[in-house]
Amino acid sequence: MTKKLKKRLQRIIIAAVLFFAGLLMPDAIPYLHEALLVAAYVIVGYDVILKAVRNIKRGKVFDENFLMTIATFGAFALRDFDEAVAVMLFYQVGEFFQTYAINRSRKSISDLMDIRPDYANVRREDGSVETVDPEEVQIGDVIVIKAGERIPLDAVVLEGHSSLDTAALTGESLPRDVAEGDAILSGCINLNGLLVARVLKGFGESTVAKVLDLVENASSKKSTSENFIAKFAKYYTPIVVFSALGLAIIPPLFGANFATCFKGALIFLVISCPCALVISIPLSFFGGIGGAAKRGVLVKGSNYLEALAQADTVVFDKTGTLTRGVFQVEEICPAEGVSKDELIGLAAYAESWSTHPIAQSLRKAYGKDIDEARVTDVNEIAGKGLSAMVDGKMVYAGNRKLIDQIGIDAPEAPDYATVVYIVCEGRFMGYVLINDVIKSDAAHAIRDLKQSGIRQIIMLTGDNQATGERVGKMLGLDQIYTQLLPGDKVDKVEALLAAQKEGAKLAFVGDGINDAPVLARADIGIAMGALGSDAAIEAADIVIMTDEPSKIATAIRIARKTLGIAKQNTVFALTVKIGVMILGAFGKANMWAAVFADVGVAFLAILNSLRALKTEHM
Amino acid sequence: MKKTFKLEDLDCANCAAGMERGIQALDGVISATVNFMGMKLILEAEDAKWEEVLKAAQKVADKYDTTIVR
Repeated sequence: MTKKLKKRLQRIIIAAVLFFAGLLMPDAIPYLHEALLVAAYVIVGYDVILKAVRNIKRGKVFDENFLMTIATFGAFALRDFDEAVAVMLFYQVGEFFQTYAINRSRKSISDLMDIRPDYANVRREDGSVETVDPEEVQIGDVIVIKAGERIPLDAVVLEGHSSLDTAALTGESLPRDVAEGDAILSGCINLNGLLVARVLKGFGESTVAKVLDLVENASSKKSTSENFIAKFAKYYTPIVVFSALGLAIIPPLFGANFATCFKGALIFLVISCPCALVISIPLSFFGGIGGAAKRGVLVKGSNYLEALAQADTVVFDKTGTLTRGVFQVEEICPAEGVSKDELIGLAAYAESWSTHPIAQSLRKAYGKDIDEARVTDVNEIAGKGLSAMVDGKMVYAGNRKLIDQIGIDAPEAPDYATVVYIVCEGRFMGYVLINDVIKSDAAHAIRDLKQSGIRQIIMLTGDNQATGERVGKMLGLDQIYTQLLPGDKVDKVEALLAAQKEGAKLAFVGDGINDAPVLARADIGIAMGALGSDAAIEAADIVIMTDEPSKIATAIRIARKTLGIAKQNTVFALTVKIGVMILGAFGKANMWAAVFADVGVAFLAILNSLRALKTEHM
Repeated sequence: MKKTFKLEDLDCANCAAGMERGIQALDGVISATVNFMGMKLILEAEDAKWEEVLKAAQKVADKYDTTIVR
């Protein structure tokens, strides 16, 4: 609690004591009762009155302080001292809690965003180490990061090895191992070893600064609910104030009791601040965006969070999104009388000189060290494969075209994968199927999306039909479009957008590297695996730092919860306010109810908004 | 030019909204956002009028007892 807040609490307590003392005073002593109440009123409410006077001078009439002053003076005028003091006291208690809740939420949000490194240890040429502000470090400087310290700038490791806690950026709790030559990103925490690294980017361009900038500026892109509240607030206060005026003047002209009507008007004035809404709606979004960031999902604006909550179609790019974009041997199919080991061994040896991803996957599947001396006379056969002498035997490794060229009888391999046929000394030895690996959580991610009510899940890919459809079937996707060139993907997404129902949004998920136009075209562009990729961070509306597709369902759940909270607050605040106003107009509500409808509702709405921050189990 | 300023004594959200509207309406302002939770003002204004805009913005902030920290 801040000093200012403590002082306010003291004033409230003193005033409350005086107030109750005043209430208990016997009427025997003249004016003592009133004196105590006035003292309590002044102690608890003097700043409100002062502010009201100051604001009138500045030409700002309809502010809360002025309205509270009018309302309580009105109560005094009605000779209702108890009520005047009670209302002011209650108002201040409400304000106190409101400020307290705001401070708390500001703190929890700033804690959340507390990934900014405070300092960097720069090693000078003479070997001395100096601690400086990260902003002062130049590209090319050598920095030292001790165990437990936050990495201040994006850099590459020169010496040492360690594991890094990347949770602040990715929401991932599993540490990542780094050694000499690895890139390290600012914002991560060095868990154990001592690292010496060369700075690659200035602080402003570093990952941590980018992430912070993104999250902090997210609130400037407002959602429709925020815009509605802002507009609503503009008209709400004047309307309520004039209604109050009308209520005080018009019914008495027709013979109604002036005191009752005046009281009703005062109640209107107290309720005329739209604070509960003005605070709690943006706070919900801020909390939702902050909570998502904690899980490694960066949302670039409240509007995108809102759109995501309304998504009913998710379109995935295949490579790098649902699959890892890494080739792996899927099946080894030897011919009669050949063992799997023999076949993969021949394949790995034949391809041992190649750096092609296919060749790498074959060597990885073989899993043993390769004695390169056993391989000679490697010849590339462009577009078909290669030939090589392995232990003096002629080996061909390549696709169907190669088999047809050398005119050997071989069975047709399935067409959903890349096939490497192996021929040794004129004999067909078998084939190896190689495929892009589906991410381990892809199937789970799709199921999750379906369960959260996404109407259709679509995959776009440049691969051939058989490959694409096989992945689609394995993952349970609704629609698959194959053999698309990058430009076709934009057209496809546009066609899908045109077919969308009114109000339903379409999200496109890509790796952000070569699909920027599609990301921009979709209602919501989501880039995955963005950690360390600036292009992806730039291109997308929502950025998933890790490469897990399951985070998309998490993001959708967070978005929906956030929107739900915003809705609850709007409905709750308006219902209470309008309800109390109606009761007040008919003389059925008292000032207490009015103050509750003002500050009490604001306090509760803020507490409710804070739930948006909690995203651990989503 | 675009710059972010810290705000002091920004206590009520409605004030933040009013202040945002007030600053947005100033001559020379391209965009202005008051972030109530972050207690920040993100101001973008024409370079030629930058100083005037800042002064005028502080005047708006005065109405809400808020200080723009420069």
